Amino acid sequence: MEIKLNGELRKVDVSPWETLLEVLRNKLGATEVKNGCSKGDCGACAVILDERPVNSCLTLALQANGKEVVTLKGIGTEEKLHPLQKCFIEGGAIQCGFCTAGHIVSAKALLDKNPRPTRDEIREAISGNLCRCTGYKKIVEAIEGAALEA
Amino acid sequence: MEFLSLSDLKEVLKVKQERKDLAKCIAGGTNFVPDMRSREVSFEQIIDLTALEELNHIKEENGTLSIGALTSISDIASSPVIGKLSPVLSRAAGQLGNPLTRNRATIGGNLANASPAADMAPPLLALDAEIHMERWEQEERKIPIDQFFLGPNKTMLEDDEIITRITFTSPKNPTKGSHFKLGLRNSMAISVVSIAVMLEMNGSECRKARVGLGAVAPKPVRAYRAEKILEGKELDETLIEQCAAIVKEDISPISDIRASAEYRKLVASTLLKRTLREALEGREK
Repeated sequence: MEIKLNGELRKVDVSPWETLLEVLRNKLGATEVKNGCSKGDCGACAVILDERPVNSCLTLALQANGKEVVTLKGIGTEEKLHPLQKCFIEGGAIQCGFCTAGHIVSAKALLDKNPRPTRDEIREAISGNLCRCTGYKKIVEAIEGAALEA
Repeated sequence: MEFLSLSDLKEVLKVKQERKDLAKCIAGGTNFVPDMRSREVSFEQIIDLTALEELNHIKEENGTLSIGALTSISDIASSPVIGKLSPVLSRAAGQLGNPLTRNRATIGGNLANASPAADMAPPLLALDAEIHMERWEQEERKIPIDQFFLGPNKTMLEDDEIITRITFTSPKNPTKGSHFKLGLRNSMAISVVSIAVMLEMNGSECRKARVGLGAVAPKPVRAYRAEKILEGKELDETLIEQCAAIVKEDISPISDIRASAEYRKLVASTLLKRTLREALEGREK
């Protein structure tokens, strides 16, 4: 199969039963995509597939054939952080960090569609992402901050 | 195992006719993928339906709404046409799973999977929706949704058929509706009880009543007895109380990890009262 991963065309051999999550992590080196529950409950594996945030653990890799996938690494770089990444770091919206990639992916998809979301819209947009450290308040504040900066 | 991504409905039907259950269809995958990975599978082919553009539509023609089986739940939740014609369906779609799963899950998949708690079932039961199915080289057949479900994960869909679309006609008379999903949390919840009601009114008289319920029986069900009590009558509190008492006979819930059967009966009865009152107050169509 062939996908455009963070803007780069990648070719990879996959099996019919492999999920997009497995292929991203194990075959394409995209370990910024986290494997949490593997059944769509936690959102740690969220990626943007053709402009929509989805659980990569619930998508078969071959269903993404020919499509565009954006992960956390496609959102900003270490040299030039995306406002979301900057606000997450500066606002302490990261505790253990495991859910962060998924939260930023969901937040990025939200801001692409709705650059000035309300607090309720933010909470709704990240309602598929679990933070077991329960640091939601700072996550919501970081997304609010990024919306103002972007 | 083989993976087929087909963009032509005819090709899909041909493969289904030849391979039957050995070729398994996948739409959004939100049920399919965890199911496939948690048990041994007997199929040899996976047919990916997501490229079937003709089955991804929301169309209104002469008061009849047609929703393609491959339409995502998030598209249903945000569709202005559905929001106008059947807010009850929009609201139910907006409460299925979470934003990430709604972007993948499809209405056809939700119905074909036939969970007793399928979130799309109660509003579609209340709307008297019809399920359209096709098989190779045959006319499509359609059946009313209250006959479609047979039991947990069992439907009228034969192993050489696929669901192509769901239709319903928006009522000509003024209609009031309401929907409520009770889960153990707000997001990513499997219903403990979900309910949708539609009341076709003539002044204060109820001409037609439909009550769809989820997670209270082996399949999504209508509360036929409660509906009968309402139809042809002026709706008042006494009638609502009668309905709430009798709905317990329309359902046969189980006790599971989420709730006991007794609790589900009690809550279904309370939610029926609440949604009927809400519908009458006209908060939603």
